[in-house]
Amino acid sequence: MSGAAAMQTMSPPGDAGGPRSARPVRMTPARWGLYAFLAITAAFFLLPLWVMVVTSLKTMNEIRLGAIIAPPLAPTLEAWAKAWSSACTGLACDGIRVGFWNSVKILVPSVFISILVGSMTGYALSFWRVPGANVLFTAMMIVAFIPYQVFIYPLVRVFAFIGLGQSIATIVIVHTIFGLPTMTLLFRNYFSSLPIELFKAARIDGASFYQIFFRIMMPMATPMIVVAVILQVTGIWNDFILGLVFAGRENLPMTVQLNNIVASVQGEREYNVDMAATMLTALLPLVVYFGSGRWFVRGIAAGAVKG
Amino acid sequence: MSLQSEVDIRDVSVRFGNVQVLEKLNLKIAPSEFIVLLGPSGCGKSTLLNAIAGLLDVSDGQMWIGGRNVTWEEPKDRGIAMVFQSYALYPRMSVKKNMSFGLEVAGTPRAEIEARVAEAAQMLKLTPLLERKPAALSGGQRQRVAIGRALVRKVGVYLFDEPLSNLDAQLRAELRVEIKRLHARLGATMIYVTHDQIEALTLADRIAVMQGGVIQQLAAPKDIYRRPVNRFVASFVGSPAMNFIAGRVEAGLFFHAGDYRIPLAGYAFAGAPAAGAATLGIRPEHVLAGHEAGPDAIAAKVEMVEPMGADTLIWSRLPDGASLSIRHAADAAVREGDTLPVSFPADALSVFDDTPAGARL
Repeated sequence: MSGAAAMQTMSPPGDAGGPRSARPVRMTPARWGLYAFLAITAAFFLLPLWVMVVTSLKTMNEIRLGAIIAPPLAPTLEAWAKAWSSACTGLACDGIRVGFWNSVKILVPSVFISILVGSMTGYALSFWRVPGANVLFTAMMIVAFIPYQVFIYPLVRVFAFIGLGQSIATIVIVHTIFGLPTMTLLFRNYFSSLPIELFKAARIDGASFYQIFFRIMMPMATPMIVVAVILQVTGIWNDFILGLVFAGRENLPMTVQLNNIVASVQGEREYNVDMAATMLTALLPLVVYFGSGRWFVRGIAAGAVKG
Repeated sequence: MSLQSEVDIRDVSVRFGNVQVLEKLNLKIAPSEFIVLLGPSGCGKSTLLNAIAGLLDVSDGQMWIGGRNVTWEEPKDRGIAMVFQSYALYPRMSVKKNMSFGLEVAGTPRAEIEARVAEAAQMLKLTPLLERKPAALSGGQRQRVAIGRALVRKVGVYLFDEPLSNLDAQLRAELRVEIKRLHARLGATMIYVTHDQIEALTLADRIAVMQGGVIQQLAAPKDIYRRPVNRFVASFVGSPAMNFIAGRVEAGLFFHAGDYRIPLAGYAFAGAPAAGAATLGIRPEHVLAGHEAGPDAIAAKVEMVEPMGADTLIWSRLPDGASLSIRHAADAAVREGDTLPVSFPADALSVFDDTPAGARL
C-alpha cells in the first residue's frame, strides 16, 4: 500500500508544481498495463468460483453439454436444495444440513472457549510475570510449529483412556488446545503494548486477577477479539482431520460430510449438487471474510503498532 | 478526609536479579508530611515508590504504614492510593466509573460511592466532566481525574509518580498549586516522586535527594538549597546550577584559587576547618557584583549576558579561568567584554572536600 502511495508522489518527474504537490493521476500507458494485469489476475483467481456458481445453478442436462464457463440457460436452485436436504452420504440421504448443524455445535463452544483461554493466558503472561513465564511462552510457540498429525494418535489414546472417546466435548477440547498458541500470542502481544501503569492502577484499586481481566483488559481488547473470532471461526470451520478423528460418527462436521457427498457416487456424478454443497460449506468463511475485512486489518494493525 | 499515616521504611533492599537498586534504605515519614523523592532517572526513586505501593516485592527489610507492617500486604490493603505519570485511566470507562471502580470492587455501598465521587469531583472541578470518557479530556483534566480516583479511596498515604511530567509548563504550574492546596486541605501523608527540582522545592516539607539508590540528603527544601551535604546535591538542585571553583582551603581561613583569595571567616564549617584541596560552591544569586562587591572584589570578565525578564544572568570568567554565572538585577548595565568586580559572602558559600563524593566541609 505504502509503496503504491510513494510511487504516486514520485511519478511525474520534472513536474513544475513543486516536489510534493498532489495532482490528478493521468492514465499513462504504464497505468493501463497495470490495470489490465490486475484485471486478468483477478479474473484468473475468480474463475473457479465462477465455474462453481454457474455449475450449481445448471441442470445435469445442461452440464453434459460441456460449456463449463457459460452462464446457465435456465438458472435453478434445485441442486442447492438437494445438496442441503437430500444428498446422500453413504447410506443416509439427509443432505449436508446435518453436517452444517454439527459444525455449528462444534464451532460455537470451540471459538468461545479457545479465545477465553488464549486471551487469559496472554494476559497472565504479559502482566503477571510469573517465574518462568518466558520459558513457558517460548515452549508454547515451539509446540505451535509441530505438525498436527504428530499429536493425533497420542491424543486419541489419551481421550480413550480418560473415557471421553469421540464426542463434541472432545473436539471442543482439541480445538481449544490447538488454538491456544495462536490466541495466546495474539493477546499477549496486544496486552504487552498497553501501559503497565494501567495494570498497576487496577491493582491499587484492589481489582483481582479476574476483575482486571474482564472489566479493564477485555473491554480494551475488542479489536483483538474480532481478529481472534475471525481466525478461529474460519480455522475451525475449515478443519477436516480433527473433526473426522475426534468428533465421532454422529457429529461429523460439514467438511467431512461434504467429502462424503462428493465421494459417494451412485450412477452418474451430480456435479451441480457437488458444487452447491461445496458452496454451502464455504459460505460461512466467505461471509466472515467479506463482513469483517475492515476489522481484520484494524486488529492486525492495532497489534503491530503501539497505541 | 483526615486520615494520616506515618510511613516507616526499614532497611529496605530491592534487587532485580544481580542488580541492586536499593540497598538497606531507611526513611521515616511523619503523618501528614509532604515528602518529595528527587533525583535523576535511574536513581531508584520510582522503585522506592513502587515498593511502598506494594507493586514491587522488596528483597529485604520491612515496610510499615500507619503502624502496621505491610511488607507483604497487597497494594489495596496498605492504605495507599497512587497517581501515575501516564494517568493510567481506564480508557473504556467514564470519568465517574474510573473514580468509582476501586470502591465498587471493594464492595462499598452505592450511596457512599456516590457521595465520595461527588465530593472528589467537586474538589477537583470535575463535576461537569463526569460522564465523559478519558479520550475526550485534555491532559490536565486526565491527571485531575487520576488524582480524583486516588482521593475517593480516602487513605492515609497518597503516592505520586511524576504526575506532572506529561503536562506542558503552564498546566504543570497550575496543577502543582492544586496539589499543594489539596495537601493543605486533606492533611494526608504524601510521597511524591519527581526529577523536577522546582516541584520538589515548592511542594515538599522535606526533600529526599536520591542518587544510585541512596538518599543523599533528607532535609527541608531551604536546607537542601542552602546547605547541600555534598557536591551531587549541590549540583542537582538549583537552576542555573551552582558555580564550582577548585582550590585550597588555607589555615588562615581563606579559599585560595588561582592568584586570588576568598575569605571564609563567617562560614559555618561542619567540623574543625582543616587545610587542604577543596571545591568552593556558590549559587549565581549569592554572588555580589558591581558596587555591592566591596573592596576585596575579584575582577570577572563578562562573556555573555542573558536577560531573563525578572533578572539577568551573566556568564563570566574568573582570572584563573573558572566560569562563574551571576544572577543580577534586570536593569544591570553590563555588556559582554566588561570587567565586573565580584565577591562571595562567606555565609552563602558551600565548601566541599576533594573526595569523589565531595562532602560538605
